[in-house]
Amino acid sequence: MKKILRNQQQRQVDTNMTNLSLAPRTWKRKSFIENQTVRYSICAGVILYLFLSFNTLEINWIRVWEGLPRGQKFLAGFAPPDFISRWEEIVDGVLESLWMTVASTVVGIFISIPVALGAARNIAHPSVYYFCRGIIAISRSFHEILLAIFFVKFFGFGPFAGFVTLSFATIGFFAKLLTEDIEDTSVSQSEAIQATGANWWQWINYGIQPQVMPRMIGLGLYRFDINFRESAIVGVVGGGGIGATLNTAFDRYEFDSAAAILIVIIAIVFFVEYTSGIVRKQVQ
Amino acid sequence: MAVDQQGEKKVWQRFDKKKQRLHWAGWFTGTAIFVYCFQLISEKTFWMFVWDSPNQVGDLAYRMIPPTWGYFDKIWEPLWDTINIATLGTVLAIFIAFPTAFLAARNTSPSVIFMRPFALLVIVSSRSINSIIWALLLVAIVGPGLFAGIIAIGLRSIGFVAKLLYEAIEEIDHNQVEAIQATGAGQLQVLAYGIVPQILPAFAGISVYRWDINIRESTVLGLVGAGGIGLQLNASIMELAWSKVSLILIAIIITVIFSEWISAKVRHAII
Amino acid sequence: MLRLEALHKRYATGEVALTGVDLEVIKGQVMALIGPSGAGKSTLIRCVNRLVPPTGGRIFFNNEDVTRLSSRKLLKMRRQMGMIFQEFALVERLSVMENVLSGRLGYVGFWRSFLRKFPQTDIDKAFRLLKRIGLDHMVDKRADELSGGQRQRVGIARALIQDPQLLLVDEPTASLDPKTSRQIMRLICELAHERNLACVINIHDVPLAKMFAQRVVGLRLGEIVYDGTPEGLNDDVLTEIYGEEDWHINKYAPKAAQQESSWDEEDTEEPAATAS
Repeated sequence: MKKILRNQQQRQVDTNMTNLSLAPRTWKRKSFIENQTVRYSICAGVILYLFLSFNTLEINWIRVWEGLPRGQKFLAGFAPPDFISRWEEIVDGVLESLWMTVASTVVGIFISIPVALGAARNIAHPSVYYFCRGIIAISRSFHEILLAIFFVKFFGFGPFAGFVTLSFATIGFFAKLLTEDIEDTSVSQSEAIQATGANWWQWINYGIQPQVMPRMIGLGLYRFDINFRESAIVGVVGGGGIGATLNTAFDRYEFDSAAAILIVIIAIVFFVEYTSGIVRKQVQ
Repeated sequence: MAVDQQGEKKVWQRFDKKKQRLHWAGWFTGTAIFVYCFQLISEKTFWMFVWDSPNQVGDLAYRMIPPTWGYFDKIWEPLWDTINIATLGTVLAIFIAFPTAFLAARNTSPSVIFMRPFALLVIVSSRSINSIIWALLLVAIVGPGLFAGIIAIGLRSIGFVAKLLYEAIEEIDHNQVEAIQATGAGQLQVLAYGIVPQILPAFAGISVYRWDINIRESTVLGLVGAGGIGLQLNASIMELAWSKVSLILIAIIITVIFSEWISAKVRHAII
Repeated sequence: MLRLEALHKRYATGEVALTGVDLEVIKGQVMALIGPSGAGKSTLIRCVNRLVPPTGGRIFFNNEDVTRLSSRKLLKMRRQMGMIFQEFALVERLSVMENVLSGRLGYVGFWRSFLRKFPQTDIDKAFRLLKRIGLDHMVDKRADELSGGQRQRVGIARALIQDPQLLLVDEPTASLDPKTSRQIMRLICELAHERNLACVINIHDVPLAKMFAQRVVGLRLGEIVYDGTPEGLNDDVLTEIYGEEDWHINKYAPKAAQQESSWDEEDTEEPAATAS
């Protein structure tokens, strides 16, 4: 406060004098949050939070310490990783994951399209709008592993449950982003199509689809990538795929096999990302 | 666009012959792959169970409703633990992701031959493996508990934050950087004055976004033993205490909605 | 004080922007650099402070060879050259004051600049310059809240706070309206005159160049085709620099309808040289 007053007085002095000022005029950078009370209370809040959280953290440091050699063994498992002893199981698991990913991405996108159209404010009737928004919300609220647990309970163990889980998750992801894209489309472009006298389907096909298509393709490839990664999770609870193989490897402390599986997963994800980058560039 | 001269007429088709064939081939292959995959899944499915599923759904719904409201007092602490896992894990990841992003961005990487591929490898490895898998691994190493959860969240988030951040770094306005270089500023000063101010909003937005996602992920880490409310969830599922399960699910939804609301608010404020 | 000897620049794409330029710039002289897009004007300016490394020839600044300087000495040399940009190139999210002070980055260490603890003499200089350019009341405003003319003025202050000996100005008026363009050119020339600076101004507006410069250099396809007074810029010279055109016609009169396009093929522009 004092400094502000002094600066104001300084400026008065400056404007009165025509030559050099008597006392130097200082400058300090403007703070991000101007209001001092707000700034200090946020700082205090953060410090309080950190203090509380660290105190309530119940970490068994002894167990952590004891676990370090095992961690070392894990890292050692990468040099070299063991692809051979469990090769068939790895191949089976990866292939199962891939088939699940392909099928669920296709089906998920297929169902997402009408749901997204129904959830777009600029297209749908209010009752349809709320219904579709509801579907999207439910699909997004639950983590995939929870969905997997339920679907395994309904459909039994195996890749079918995993397929249904991933499709359902895809709907929530894809439909939400597609809806936002549809709502963002340029009004003038779709208006122009309407003005020619086109019917509803033609309007969608000429006025909306060309605008959202490039991003849709990119999104589809992105979701494919995500679904593959998540196929590893559903396996942990019985939904088939590479997750089950990985879980077994961890349970048996077979770290070199586990390392091999992780490397395969990373490699496939990297490959998918690389090709999707190329395809996206072609499409744009 | 394809224009073709057919005798007297000039004909227009959307795609020329070659593209048309490519399109047909593409659709045909795609459908074939899909049908093949579905068949493979089918083979491994016990269709008997699938047809039985409506019964299963009904049975479960009956057991889950109404939820055991009284159980609420037992889950405050696990919820607090869950939030901590997410927050501390995100903070840990940010500290590592920030420099990694600079190493990975084409325009700021000190060495395009060594450091950049290394940083990209770190990012891909971190991203390819879900938090739950990381948690599985860590529980096997350091035992069950919060520590495994925090590290798992941290490891997964590094890739997410660093990837988005390095993409933002590569998209900055080069003019601003050039101007700072022209004053004779050193490398670090160019970073601090020319590059960082441009990516700060993106950085803040990405971090908060990842924190929000991490809350959702932390809620289920307990299923593999890494602490938080997932532990209660796992226990209840094992006991087949489905009404407790539905209560926990409700608590999870509320927490996720709450964190999404905070995240949206903060990201709106930073532009 | 600045001497270019056989300056040559060939980009990685194969494009040759400068084909052996010899030029001498005298202290205190305002020199305008004119020429069509792609002539190499931007490249030439950026070669002087090595934002773009030349592929051949030498550049002598106060008898030191710029092209051979180590990176540390290069930074020191850049301090003595103030640069003003076409799109203002201010750091948008920083305030006016921070943008002006960033001109002193070459003089101040990293930690001081990071904590914004610039020496008081620098702050005094900044306030004086802000007053001179009339933005004294906008010290803490964010740069992206300013108008084009205001931003360019801040850019000028940033260049001048370096206490340079040479001003490199790259199309300062390209993004400004006619009145603001003249105000900016007037400000630059006044300040150059007050401080006895050499000034190289890259400009595409020939009337403005004639109005404000003491010497005009015309560039075409990477080489100098004219070097003289503004008065010497007659139609022949302009044609040699820019190509055939009716330089004096005052009013456009449409000709009779024609089937073929009347676009003069010779006018196709070469891709603009970008600083790599």
